[in-house]
Amino acid sequence: MLTAILAVSGLAAGFGLLLGFAAVRFRTEGDPVVDKIDALLPQTQCAQCGFPGCRPYAQAILNEGADINRCPPGGEATIRALADLLDREPKPLDPERGEEKPPAVAVIDERVCIGCTLCIQACPVDAILGAAKQMHTVIASECTGCELCIEPCPVDCIEMIPEPTTLTTWRWPKPDTSPGTTTTSPAWPKA
Amino acid sequence: MSSERRLWRFHGGLHLPGHKALSNTEPLDIAPLPARLVHPVAQHIGSPSEPIVEVGEKVLRGQPLTRANGYVCSPVHAASSGTVVSIGPHPVPHPSGLDAECVIIRTDGHDSPYEGFPPLSNYQTLNAPALRARVRECGIVGLGGAAFPTAVKLNAGVGMRLLILNGAECEPYISCDDSLMRHRAVEIIAGAQVMLHALEIRHCCIAIEEDKPEALDSLEAALKRADDPRIEVTRVPAIYPEGGERQLIEVLTGKQVPAAGIPADIGMLCHNVGTAAAVARAVLYGEPLISRVITVTGHGGAHPRNLEVRLGTPMADVVASCGGYTSEARHLIMGGAMMGFSLSTDAVPVIKASNCLLVGSPEDIKPRQQSMPCIRCGECAQVCPAQLLPQQLYWHARAEEFDKLEPFNLFDCIECGCCDLVCPSQIPLTQYFRFAKSEIWARERERRQSDVARERFENRKSRIELAEAERKKRLEAKTRALKKSGSSAASKAVIDEVMARVKAKEAAAAPPSRHEDAD
Repeated sequence: MLTAILAVSGLAAGFGLLLGFAAVRFRTEGDPVVDKIDALLPQTQCAQCGFPGCRPYAQAILNEGADINRCPPGGEATIRALADLLDREPKPLDPERGEEKPPAVAVIDERVCIGCTLCIQACPVDAILGAAKQMHTVIASECTGCELCIEPCPVDCIEMIPEPTTLTTWRWPKPDTSPGTTTTSPAWPKA
Repeated sequence: MSSERRLWRFHGGLHLPGHKALSNTEPLDIAPLPARLVHPVAQHIGSPSEPIVEVGEKVLRGQPLTRANGYVCSPVHAASSGTVVSIGPHPVPHPSGLDAECVIIRTDGHDSPYEGFPPLSNYQTLNAPALRARVRECGIVGLGGAAFPTAVKLNAGVGMRLLILNGAECEPYISCDDSLMRHRAVEIIAGAQVMLHALEIRHCCIAIEEDKPEALDSLEAALKRADDPRIEVTRVPAIYPEGGERQLIEVLTGKQVPAAGIPADIGMLCHNVGTAAAVARAVLYGEPLISRVITVTGHGGAHPRNLEVRLGTPMADVVASCGGYTSEARHLIMGGAMMGFSLSTDAVPVIKASNCLLVGSPEDIKPRQQSMPCIRCGECAQVCPAQLLPQQLYWHARAEEFDKLEPFNLFDCIECGCCDLVCPSQIPLTQYFRFAKSEIWARERERRQSDVARERFENRKSRIELAEAERKKRLEAKTRALKKSGSSAASKAVIDEVMARVKAKEAAAAPPSRHEDAD
């Protein structure tokens, strides 16, 4: 009897130590599921979802059961990816949160800008350059198109310009094979 | 010499009617100089080059108009002398039909040469980097259609065993390489010698499909005169798409290039015969890439033939120098009937990748019929030269399940169009694969951008938190100092002292301002 108790307590203590050691030694930094959700979000940091950024939204999806259809910049593709990852039903984008728009960048009308720095403070990714009473400008390659700079501007000099399609960003269209359409292929040899 | 080399067979492929006699019966002509030359800054795979000339500047034939902007990049040169009239968007040959940045020159008709590239006739005394630098500054890119910068490919490192010059030209209608091999065989052999020297290897194989006997004879004659035992000319059977780099390597050596690998991984290098001729001209005569041979063919053109055209010549001028359009002309296609793409306008210029201009009649280019559901017959998999499963790829591409396409090696698809051609349900398979590839690339691009945005957002957040923490610390230190100084009387003394200092400052500032008022 005593041997059995000793053996079981010994095993329990041994495994306890092992697990304790593993918990310290192989500790995972951060929350891997939140990281995975965050990786699917577009990182616009626009807060249209009602949370102050993409990562807070990712945390809310996981911990507070927030809906996965609250990200207008990500649109349908993001909703589908999130549904896949979390094994939830995909649903249409919540219209209260805004609508999916083509990607755009903010452009400051530099003749009108008074140099108030309000937009610089609003920009979540530090994509606006300028100083007090100096003209500001947007670093186009860093702008996520979140539109957060538009509202604070006292002189309404910021405009969202849709990104033009260039040879490098152009995509082949999906072939339309719905009934009634005959695609004329660009190339057919005379057989 | 032409040797009886053992040949292998690649998977799939098709025997297609060549339609080459339409264009290859005439001698190689030289097209007249156009009034305007349009030079797109991005004619190659890689980053666009950067203009170094200004509007109004006079330029000479062969003068660089742009400079390479990165390693995988290539400069563009003026194809004739004249004045730069504009630098800006102009239609370019691209399946999108979009405009892109071009340097436009109004030619002066003198065709005065630029003297910046001295001939390197003693190339044998030069080392590989010097030859690569010449090839690079002369803007040489692969002339088979892909336009990959040749200097990058020549920098394959050690361990290369075989240089293959690709004269297979398997695609229907195209005969520009055939014409070049018939009429410029000496240049091709010279180019092969320069490349062998630059690569420091001792074996070159020039592969020609058996339906080009004249080209074969001409190259053999040139090789006999050059008397170079390192080079051999090999006749290969005519099967589409044998001109694909991977397919040709398999036919010649029986080895397969690994998926997601390049031929250099197995010690092979494959260049188009036209590229070899361009390398010879760049090194031996100091001539940058300012012209190329283009096939103008199809029943929509009055006088189909092969022409040596200055790069930048508008397609309309090219067609005009071949007798113009016939009443049959319906389609304008750059490239061949299988892999080419429709041009929306003939204002687009000839670029380095333009091997063929197909002016198609309704007979040449038949409209695709209504596509039907896939019946899983498996014909497409049998003809696929890359040994892929097109029906599987089609299934996932149509459902936009892009993550499932990569395990089926979508990116090994060479878009040859064989599967389209044999599909009994007329499914535009290649179009689906192109669509899926460009979607995957776009998503990859978006992902990279969002990674940058995430990093910037996190950095900003930590910066703001740090500043806040510092402010708090300062405040705390001050409160502590105040507390340390003891009772409220002591703190009152401190406040009095500060107030006294402020008053003194105000008093000091006051007189000059009053003085100003008096003025």
